[in-house]
Amino acid sequence: MEGGSGPGKNEVAVKLGSSDHLLGLMTTRRDELAAAWIEVVSQTLAGRISRAELDQELHELYAALVEALRAGGLDASGEHYTEVRALLAELSRNRARQGFRPAETAVSLFALKRGLERLLDDGSADDVAAYLALSRLTDELGMFTVDSFAASREQIISSQAEELLELSTPVVKLWDGVIGVPLVGTLDSARTQVVMEKLLQELVDTGSAHAIIDITGVPAVDTEVAQHLLKTVVAARLMGAECIVSGIRPQIAQTIVALGIEFGDIVTKATLADALRHALRRSAQRAALSVGDAA
Amino acid sequence: MTVAEPDVGEVRVQTIATSDDVVRARQLARNLAVECRLSLVDQTKLVTAASELARNTLVYGGGGSLSGALVQDARRRGVRLTFTDQGPGIPDVDLALSDGWSSGSGMGLGLSGARRLADDFDLRTTVGAGTTVTVIKWTH
Repeated sequence: MEGGSGPGKNEVAVKLGSSDHLLGLMTTRRDELAAAWIEVVSQTLAGRISRAELDQELHELYAALVEALRAGGLDASGEHYTEVRALLAELSRNRARQGFRPAETAVSLFALKRGLERLLDDGSADDVAAYLALSRLTDELGMFTVDSFAASREQIISSQAEELLELSTPVVKLWDGVIGVPLVGTLDSARTQVVMEKLLQELVDTGSAHAIIDITGVPAVDTEVAQHLLKTVVAARLMGAECIVSGIRPQIAQTIVALGIEFGDIVTKATLADALRHALRRSAQRAALSVGDAA
Repeated sequence: MTVAEPDVGEVRVQTIATSDDVVRARQLARNLAVECRLSLVDQTKLVTAASELARNTLVYGGGGSLSGALVQDARRRGVRLTFTDQGPGIPDVDLALSDGWSSGSGMGLGLSGARRLADDFDLRTTVGAGTTVTVIKWTH
């Protein structure tokens, strides 16, 4: 780097926005810069990602950055940066999945500036221009990284919500002719719809005459939940099945009474065991009746 | 039906704009109930009342907010929940508070049920300006 009289203000101003020197540095001192970058990143991630994985990820990104810089200058939203943005999106997705924070993800990019700092010791005008150019680039790409991180996380959350909806509404066979639906969590309209569909389908598939809906895992039964339960029971009845609601804990029973909800002639039980006993007794009665008819 | 003026702790606010917010309002009520060390039955009653009132705020009030706080008077501790909306208001409060009547598709037990579930219940409404419902559950 040139020493001498030092740069004047104008000289710096002219070089702002030029990426030539940055590109030069990134090409000629590639190994040094990349190594410094990776070191800073691996320190901040504190060994939660393997060094080999990080090496590969960042080297790929480095190569793409140099290429984009050569072809497209500092226009980070331009077409020459497509490859860089794709790699960053991939990186953000991985980080989001592995449970890293947004800041820990963005640092992968900003650390490049720290890496460059180590190479700039004499502070010539060229170096300042290079640093500012990189700063501009990382700012823009950093924002992009944070955006893709947030988008990935949104995606993860919404797919988890869907999985949860599926997961939390299994229909199980308890006995010959008796199926059970253990409900856990909040019972809203969407859940009720899923539960009702699965329950009715299972009644047909197994030819069951009894269904037990267990609400031990439902934290609060308000009028909406009660209404959903009643609808499900009525639908099952229309198909000729008998529904029992079990898992009514003492606090839930008192709350239902205070609310003024009437379950009418629907059979309710405190525990799943009671409900199963009731269902078995009823099927035994039914069997006895049909034997009686035949005789 | 007036609610006394007790000492009020830190007020927590939850916006009620979507059905997910009803769940959050319920969680806020549950957290306060646990902090207040209400009995399990009273916790469940308060949470259920919060659920009814939050849904009313959303469905009939067009959205609004819940502010909740721990309160204390000379003898006991409690949880106070205030639901506010800027909706159409309630033209006939007595009718709205009667069992089985609903202007919507519910069971018509939410508002009257919430009154029975809470210890103190206060409803202020102005047609065209909105509704504020305040409930308190005290430790016994």
